[in-house]
Amino acid sequence: MSVVVETYATATEAARALAGGDALYLAGGTLAMRSVNAGEAPRRLVRTTDRALKEITPAGDVVRVGAGVTMRELLASRELGFLHAAGRQVGGPQVRAMGTVGGNLFAPHPYGDLAVALLALGARVLLAGQSGARPLADLLRDRARAGLVTHLEVPRPREPRAFGFLKAARVHPRGASVIAIAALLPREGGRVRGARVAYGAMGPAPLQATSVERALEGQALDRATIDRAVAAAVQGLDPPTDALASSWYRREVAGVHLRRLLESMERG
Amino acid sequence: MPKKPVTFMLNGAEQAAFADDGQNLLDLLRRGVGDLAPKYGCGQGGCGACTVLIDGVPHLSCLVLAETVDGRRIETASGLAGARLHPLQEAFMAHFAAQCGYCTPGMLMAAKALLDQNPRPSREEVVEAISGNLCRCTGYEPIIEAILSVANGGARA
Repeated sequence: MSVVVETYATATEAARALAGGDALYLAGGTLAMRSVNAGEAPRRLVRTTDRALKEITPAGDVVRVGAGVTMRELLASRELGFLHAAGRQVGGPQVRAMGTVGGNLFAPHPYGDLAVALLALGARVLLAGQSGARPLADLLRDRARAGLVTHLEVPRPREPRAFGFLKAARVHPRGASVIAIAALLPREGGRVRGARVAYGAMGPAPLQATSVERALEGQALDRATIDRAVAAAVQGLDPPTDALASSWYRREVAGVHLRRLLESMERG
Repeated sequence: MPKKPVTFMLNGAEQAAFADDGQNLLDLLRRGVGDLAPKYGCGQGGCGACTVLIDGVPHLSCLVLAETVDGRRIETASGLAGARLHPLQEAFMAHFAAQCGYCTPGMLMAAKALLDQNPRPSREEVVEAISGNLCRCTGYEPIIEAILSVANGGARA
């Protein structure tokens, strides 16, 4: 073994140690230990035993979730019930017992299903040693230099039915995503206000489907609107090719799965 | 390279070992302690052959940092049989749920974790419980049948 493990009592100290470079943060192990086993990890592994990273705290319209909360813990939390549909789709029981909410934000393609749901919900991230929360969308655009995420602030959907999640996989019951889609479609007076739609496995990291959001915004969620959203499903996107699906295939089926999700939300 | 002392319960008996820096639990169990039941499959979290229970919950031992199990309770397939085989082992035999056998120790532990929590699972719950374990021989059906037979009160074929 050529790695050195450094364990810190607080996330702040761990973040400082990470800033020294040539280091990988170890949380649940499903990503970092995989790198170690593959001989691809840097020399130093940095971890923290900070209990604050395990907290789930409701705070007004948001739920504050520690980055170290595992999928299993998320699925046991009533506060986070609106994330259960997405959390259940992550890995098998072993991965859910180990993998963390914070780690999911850094999972390489095609993984990171929960991050897709968090992006659609407009979650914000808190970083050790930095004040103020940043939009998750910013972090996902440049994950390599993000720093140490300690918490997420996840807005609770005002109407549970306004939030939908769909994952399409080829291996059942638990395979990696061909595509994952999350949609937050709050409605006022029968019209969509503040549409947020996110894709997983359609780019290097989870991304917002802005063309789809534009097609939905201000409209009634009816057949004509859904047709327009589906027509815009892959506008400007160049999804990756991997062992599960080619880029062409992902472009072909994205609209089909988007339609299924939107129709299920139309029915409520 | 500094070695870190770890003490844990392994299949009901106290176990002390030294973990290397960065060593994973599977390696510690196999090479450090000599428990050869959990298997090395992919090393990436994809196959489940290394599944062990930590405090009753299935984990991928190849992705667990060995030094973090200090004070924890670990169960492997080595601890299943007492004077007689565990009902799950009997059922796996009766239902031909093992062919090459490489996935079996992981399958058994995933199944045990399920039945410990939920003695009467539905078929769907069984499928979900072993969804993190790959089997390339059986097509899963005999494994599902074996687990369900234990849930339904015996190892009868």
